Amino acid sequence: MKTCLLVDDSRVIRKVARRILEDLGFEVAEASDGLEALAWCRAAMPDVILLDWNMPVMNGLDFLRQLRTEPGGDAPKVVFCTVESEPVRIREALAAGACEYIMKPFDGDIIQAKFVEAGLASEESLAA
Amino acid sequence: MTPEDIKLIVALCRQRAGLNIDPARTYLIESRLAPLARREAYGSVSELIAGLRARREEPLIWALVEAMTSSETAFFRDRKPFHLFRDEILPTLTRLRGPEPIRIWSAGCSTGQEAYSLAMIAEAGVGLEPGARIEIYGSDLSERALEKAQAGLYNQFEVQRGLPIRMLVDYFEKVDDSWRLSPRIRQRVRWRRINLAADLSAVGRFDVIFCRNVLSAMDPATRPRVLEGLAAALPADGFLVLGEGESPLGLTDAYRPISGRGGLFARNPAHRVAA
Repeated sequence: MKTCLLVDDSRVIRKVARRILEDLGFEVAEASDGLEALAWCRAAMPDVILLDWNMPVMNGLDFLRQLRTEPGGDAPKVVFCTVESEPVRIREALAAGACEYIMKPFDGDIIQAKFVEAGLASEESLAA
Repeated sequence: MTPEDIKLIVALCRQRAGLNIDPARTYLIESRLAPLARREAYGSVSELIAGLRARREEPLIWALVEAMTSSETAFFRDRKPFHLFRDEILPTLTRLRGPEPIRIWSAGCSTGQEAYSLAMIAEAGVGLEPGARIEIYGSDLSERALEKAQAGLYNQFEVQRGLPIRMLVDYFEKVDDSWRLSPRIRQRVRWRRINLAADLSAVGRFDVIFCRNVLSAMDPATRPRVLEGLAAALPADGFLVLGEGESPLGLTDAYRPISGRGGLFARNPAHRVAA
């Protein structure tokens, strides 16, 4: 089973996203900021990271930049999931190594569609 | 709505546009016509139908039929047909046509996402001969859908269904909370109102026709006629792309399927197009 690390400081968002990710067949781990996420990654690199941008302690972009310098840190596919929706910010995230980008608010359809786009879910799971 | 109201709606949709409306789906009829009733200042859908009976005005009849069409669409919907277009159809045709323009028709384009998806592929131009000219046309029955298509303005939900983020930042501009296709993509597409159930002999020639999820909404008796009308618009080496689960087989011999390429059909050389 593929693993997805879900990084968001909102417990409500994590609860909603966890259910969607589990429906897509992922084993889900949670972190509430970038530093906690980094600790997770150092212990066990996930296949996918669903990443909020604005969080206390360490934000999503700083986390992503740090992750990419870690051993094995190139491997996880990173999908941003944030209220940031300015094109300049999205480009910044892509340049830092994000492969897809979700603008909040999101729903199950959007996460599924974006995961299909990133090669993380099959189109069949969309129909389910 | 009374059973007579529903009967009238179903009959008008079939006669004018070959649409197959299930009379049992009153909720669907009600929800598609409610916005029209409001726009036309009627208190309810029932009053709209009463008004229609009282004054059989053509513009109101057409507004009703157009409102009954499905507007469901998405950028790169179902993905596969677009990969086929990008990786096989377009490179082949640009080689064959050289400097001659290649004409692509998104038939039943609704609010334009399919036509713009094709335009973005053409703009990216991956694997294409330099100087290839690709013209894209979008048509729909609904004037309102075409107005939205022409504006090229989509909300955040619409741009997150099927559109890769890289394309969003490359080909769209953010306008308040919405996203607008950049002028260079919008300029690639020409829009036109076409009723596919009417005579198609004057539509012109197209090298590839995308007509997806349109036939399945049509009355079975109309489908062969539409398919043959589209065949007459294709050159001998042209292609028709249908939606998932749609096929001309058993309806007309104007096409042959292309094996291993679901949804893609070529003209059947043995079929004589009626003059």
